[in-house]
Amino acid sequence: MNFLYAFLFAGFACSIAQIILDNTKLTPGHITSIYTALGAVLSFLGVYDKLLIKFGGGASVLISNFGHMLYSSAIQGYYEEGFIGILTRMLTKSSAAITSAIVFAFLITLVFKPKD
Amino acid sequence: MNKEDYKRLVKKHTPKEPRLRNIVIAFFVGGTIGFLAEFLIFLLKESFGLSASIAGVWTCIIIIGVASLLTALGFFDNWVNKCKCGLIIPTTGFAHSVTSSALDYKKDGLITGLGSNFFKLAGSVILYGIISAFILVIIRVVING
Repeated sequence: MNFLYAFLFAGFACSIAQIILDNTKLTPGHITSIYTALGAVLSFLGVYDKLLIKFGGGASVLISNFGHMLYSSAIQGYYEEGFIGILTRMLTKSSAAITSAIVFAFLITLVFKPKD
Repeated sequence: MNKEDYKRLVKKHTPKEPRLRNIVIAFFVGGTIGFLAEFLIFLLKESFGLSASIAGVWTCIIIIGVASLLTALGFFDNWVNKCKCGLIIPTTGFAHSVTSSALDYKKDGLITGLGSNFFKLAGSVILYGIISAFILVIIRVVING
């Protein structure tokens, strides 16, 4: 049942993005930025944690989860260390995603040649 | 021919995007990635005994690694053209944009090409993500006192 929920939620988020892409002049770059900011807003409202519990991988695989990770680790930093915690903890949770994307992309680029 | 006529002519000959089909494809492709993520989390938890959060991090890393590799092998660009948002909105889109800009600018050198253009597309996600999170944290702090 969890798998079905994950499927439906991720599919729903992607189809909304597709509707925005087809009916406006926004580019994919705009839409991913909007989704990331939206993830932060949903996290601010306390909704994203509930989405993660309900939809699991379906919610964590979306780019919105990046906004959620940024907001939640920054606010946690504030509670533990005060204002400076916002700056020192902002990227803690999303570190794995950013670092692995950089490492994979760099190593793969050294090995492969661009197609066409 | 005046401008209005020309505009009408251009509009008439612009191929129409099959919108409904795009939405259905985005739904199924995006859904499948969500399903795979949930399945990977389940698998890692059950077979390696990892905690939920660590399994989530591993899933994220695996999806990014696979997406980068498929981009370098040349499959991903075609798939993105067909599936659009189904692949752009999940984390695969982030990995794809980093890897494809790295590959494209590799020929201009390691610093001026690869290094300067590495976050050409993914930069906006990181920038606006951090800015919005920062502003929202400040708002939360002000509200809660």
